[in-house]
Amino acid sequence: QEKLDMSTYPVESIRNFSIIAHVDHGKSTLADRLLEITGTISKTDRNKQVLDKLQVERERGITVKAQSASLFYNHEGINYLLNLIDTPGHVDFSYEVSRSLSACQGVILVVDANEGIQAQTVANFYLAFEAQLSIIPVINKIDLKNADPERVEKQIEKLFDIPTDECIRISAKQGTNVEKVLQKVIEKIPPPQCNTADPLKALVFDSTFDHYRGVIANIALFGGEIAKGQKIVSAHTKRRYEVNEVGILTPNEQPTHKLYAGQVGYLIAGMKEVTEAQIGDTLFLYKQPVEPLPGFKSAKPMVFAGMYPIDQTEYNNLKSALERLTLNDSSVTVHRDSSLALGAGWRLGFLGLLHMEVFNQRLEQEYNMSVILTAPTVPYKAVLSSAKLIKEYGKDQITIINPAQFPDKLSVSEYLEPTVFGTIVTPHEYIGKIITLCQDRRAVQKDMLYIDENRVMLKYLFPLNEIVVDFYDALKSLSSGYASFDYEDAGYQSADLIKMDILLNGNPVEELATIIHRDKAHAAGKLLCERLKETIPRQLFEIAIQAAIGKKIIARETLKAYRKNVVAKCYGGDITRRMKLLKRQAEGKRLMRKIGNVEVPRDAFIRVLKRETDK
Amino acid sequence: APCPQWPYCRKRCSYCSFNTYVVPAVNEAALRACLVREAQTLLHLSQVHSVTSVFFGGGTPSLASPCTVAAVLEAVAGATHLPAGAEVTLEANPSSTSTSRLAGFRAAGVNRVSIGVQSLDDTELRMLGREHTAAEARKAVEVARGLFPGRTSIDLLFGLPRQSQDAWAKRLEAALRLCDDHISLYQLTLEQGTALAGQVRGGALPAPSQDLLADMYQTARTVLVAASFRHYEVSNFARKGALSTHNLSYWQADQYIGVGPGAHGRFMLRGEGGCSREARVQTLEPVAWMQEVQKHGHGTRSRVVLSLLEQLEELLTLGLRTDEGITHERWGHFSPQLSLQAVFGEQGEARVLQQEGWLVLDSGGLRCTWAGLAVLDSLLPDLLRQLQRA
Repeated sequence: QEKLDMSTYPVESIRNFSIIAHVDHGKSTLADRLLEITGTISKTDRNKQVLDKLQVERERGITVKAQSASLFYNHEGINYLLNLIDTPGHVDFSYEVSRSLSACQGVILVVDANEGIQAQTVANFYLAFEAQLSIIPVINKIDLKNADPERVEKQIEKLFDIPTDECIRISAKQGTNVEKVLQKVIEKIPPPQCNTADPLKALVFDSTFDHYRGVIANIALFGGEIAKGQKIVSAHTKRRYEVNEVGILTPNEQPTHKLYAGQVGYLIAGMKEVTEAQIGDTLFLYKQPVEPLPGFKSAKPMVFAGMYPIDQTEYNNLKSALERLTLNDSSVTVHRDSSLALGAGWRLGFLGLLHMEVFNQRLEQEYNMSVILTAPTVPYKAVLSSAKLIKEYGKDQITIINPAQFPDKLSVSEYLEPTVFGTIVTPHEYIGKIITLCQDRRAVQKDMLYIDENRVMLKYLFPLNEIVVDFYDALKSLSSGYASFDYEDAGYQSADLIKMDILLNGNPVEELATIIHRDKAHAAGKLLCERLKETIPRQLFEIAIQAAIGKKIIARETLKAYRKNVVAKCYGGDITRRMKLLKRQAEGKRLMRKIGNVEVPRDAFIRVLKRETDK
Repeated sequence: APCPQWPYCRKRCSYCSFNTYVVPAVNEAALRACLVREAQTLLHLSQVHSVTSVFFGGGTPSLASPCTVAAVLEAVAGATHLPAGAEVTLEANPSSTSTSRLAGFRAAGVNRVSIGVQSLDDTELRMLGREHTAAEARKAVEVARGLFPGRTSIDLLFGLPRQSQDAWAKRLEAALRLCDDHISLYQLTLEQGTALAGQVRGGALPAPSQDLLADMYQTARTVLVAASFRHYEVSNFARKGALSTHNLSYWQADQYIGVGPGAHGRFMLRGEGGCSREARVQTLEPVAWMQEVQKHGHGTRSRVVLSLLEQLEELLTLGLRTDEGITHERWGHFSPQLSLQAVFGEQGEARVLQQEGWLVLDSGGLRCTWAGLAVLDSLLPDLLRQLQRA
C-alpha cells in the first residue's frame, strides 16, 4: 500500500471536529453523508452507519466505540483536511466523549427537528462548551412530517444562547443542506493551535485491538510529528514503545509517512493490550517528556454484576472469552468472585446498564457464550471480639465475601460496610424525587448547592451495596436521563448487618443466604420467598418458604401440595410419549438438590438470584 | 388384541390432538381393503393364536360403514382365532349413532359401544366444538343401551374452562341417570396446538385451577363409587363387572396390534422368529399409509425393540393406574429373575412412599392407595429410578 504524504496539509488547512447529539438524532447518518460528499466513500444506498463497525452497534443502531475519519475537501480553491471524530451518543460513555472532544476545535451539534433538545443534547453541549469549542448547531430530519425547526431554533437560543440564524436546517437522510454544514465547518471552526516544531505530544482518544497487528491507538497530535521508527513513551504507564506504523483513517487504515501537529490518525507501536493505550493518555518522544494533557482518568464503573458460566464445565471457556473481550474494552473492571450456588465466576464493573447489556450481547454474538448475571457482592468487614476467632484468622478485622463466613454478633464488636461519596448533578425539577431515592438507599446528604439557575449539585454518602445494582438506572429513569452521577471511595462505616437465611420446611438453603442491612432485610426476604415460590415445583406435601434472621422469621410464602397429578388418558399412542416424559422427569430428579425432603431443581437458585434485566 | 383405526372425522373438536383428518370425501373401499390387508399381515407376523378383544378407534369409527367393520373382523377371524365371546368395541359419536346404523354395526360383529358424550350441557359442548347437542347425546346413549345392554360406555370430560364445582356435580348426576355400566371420566387436558389451548393461552378462556380440578376428581370418584361403580383405573369406572377387556390389556402390558394410520402396537414378531416385544407405530398420514400397505402389506413407520427394562417400565407405569396394580404373577411373566419384592421391597423410594401412604406392596402385588392414585405421576419418577437401579 502506498503511503500518503501528510505534509501537504499545513495546520491552517486542518479542521478537527466532532458531531455530538442525543441518541438517534442523526449523528451517524450525518457522518455517512459527509463521507460521501467528500468522496471518502462512494455514494451508494448501502452507506448506513459506515463508522459503526461492531455488529452490536449496527444492530442496535448505536455507536459504542468512537471512530474517526479523515476527509479531504476542496473549498474555494484550497484543499482542506477535515478530521471527523465520531463519538458514542450514550450517557454511559460521557468520558469517551469528553476525550474525543479534547482533540477537536469545534463540534456540530445535531438536534432532531421534532424531538428538540433532549438530555444528551444538553450534556454534550456542556461538554463542548466547557472545552471552549466552536459550536455549529444543526437541525436534522426536516424532511419528516412533524418537524418544527423554528421551535427547535428558539430552544437552542434560549438554552444555549446561540442566535437562531446560526442554525443550519438539514436532512441527513436525504442529503439536504449537508454541503452547507461542511462549508460552515471550514468557516467557523478554527484550525488547531499547534506547531510541528514543538516536541511530540499526542492524545490517545481511543484504541482497538487487532489480533495480527496488536493495539491500534487513535491519536490526535497537539504538537510535533510522529513517524515509523521513533521511540515514544506513555505518560500514564511510563512504558516505552517503537512506532511501527502511523496513518489516517478513511475510515479504514491508510498508512502515511508521518503525522503532523494538528492531524488526527492512528498509531501502531507494539502494544499488546488496550490497557497500554488508555483513553486520555498522552504520548511523547523518548527523552522529550511533555506536560501530559489534562483530563485523564481511569474508567469508573457504575453498575456491577456477578457473572457466572451456566455450568461450571464452561468456566474456562468463559474465562478466555472475558479475557479477549476486555482486550478491546479497558473500561470493564474484572475481579474473581464465587457463589455457593453458582460456583466460580467474576464480579464485573460497567460504565452503565447499556454498557453491561452491550458487553453481554457481544459475549453471546462474538464468543457464543451464555452467562448468568446476578446481583454482586460487596466486601463487608467485621471487627472481631472473640479471642478464639482472632486467633483463627490471625487478625482482629476480617473481610467477609461469603455469607457462610459471617461471624455471629456475639463474636463481633462492629460490622463495617464500604461506602462511597456520590455526586449528583440534576436540573432542579427532579430534586424531590432524587432526594427520596437517596433516602431510600440509606444515603446521608452531605451537601446541596445550585451551580447555576437551573442545575443543582447534591452530595451524598452512600453505602456501596445500595448503588451497585440499579441505583444509576433508577436515577436516570426518574430524571429522564438528565441527572448525572459520579462517586469515589469513602472508606468503611459501621453498619447493622445481619445474615439472612432462607429456609424450606425449616431447613436452611446455604446458597441463598445473604448478608444485608437490618433495615432492608424484610423487603429482600419477601422478594426472595416470592421468587422461590414461583420456581420450586409443587410436591406431595406443603412447603413453607421462609426468610429468617437467626431464629426470627421475617417473611414467608407457602407452596401448597399437589392433590391431583395423574394424566387422564393413557392408551395406545399415549404410552410411548408418556414414558419419554416420565423418564425425563426421573432423570431430572437425579439432578435435583434435596433440602430436607424438598426437591429443588438446580436452576431454581439461578433463577432466584438472577438480576432482573427487564427494565 | 387388534386395534383398527378409522382416521377420519367430520370436524375437529377444539381440544383434540389425535391423528385424525377432516377430508371432503373418503375412499372407503380403498381404506377398507388396506385395513384388511394390514390386519392380515400383522396378525401373521405376530403368530398370535387367539384374540381377546378388538377395538375400533380413530377418528370417528362410527363414520365408517358397517361393512368395513365386518370386513376387518372377517380378516381377523381368518388370520387367527376370534372367539365368539371376544369383546368387540366400536367408538361412536352421538351424531352418527342412529338406531339403524348401530344395528348395522351389531350385525357386523360389534358387541360393545363407547359413546363420546363428553358433556350433557349444550354450552359446554359448543366450547368443545362437538357436533351434537346434549339431547342428541342422550338419545344416542339410549339407543345404544337398547342394542348393547350392559355393554355401553360413555366418555365424559371435566375441568372445562369456566366449569364450577356445582356445575360438575350436576353433570355427574345427569350422567348417572343416563349411563349404563361403564363410564370413562377424563380431566380435560389442554394439548399444545389445539384451538382450545390457544383460547386459554390467549386469555379468552380461563384455565381451571389445580385445586378445583383436584376437587372435581375427588367428587367424581366418591359419587361414582357410592353408585356401585368400581374405580378400576385412573379414569375408568365400571359396575356389575362391565370392565373394558381391551383397555385392561394396555394396562397389563398384554400384546396389542395397531392397524391403520397412526395406530400403535406392542407385540412380538414370532412369525419372523423373534421373541422380543416391539413398540410399533403405523404411518400417520392416510394416503401415505395406504400406499405402503399396498406395496408391502403393512405401513409400519417405526418399530423399536423394547429392552427388558423398558418393558418393565411400561408395566409399572401402566399397571399402577389400575386399582389392582401389578400382581406378582404379572411381573414374573416379564421378569422371572427379579421379583417385584426384590426391586421395590427393600430400602428405597417405594418404602418411603408406602410409609407416606401412597403405595401398598403386599401379597397381592404393588398398587396405589386411594390417595396415591390421584398423584401417581408424582410417584412414578421415583419408582422408575428405583427400577433402573435394580
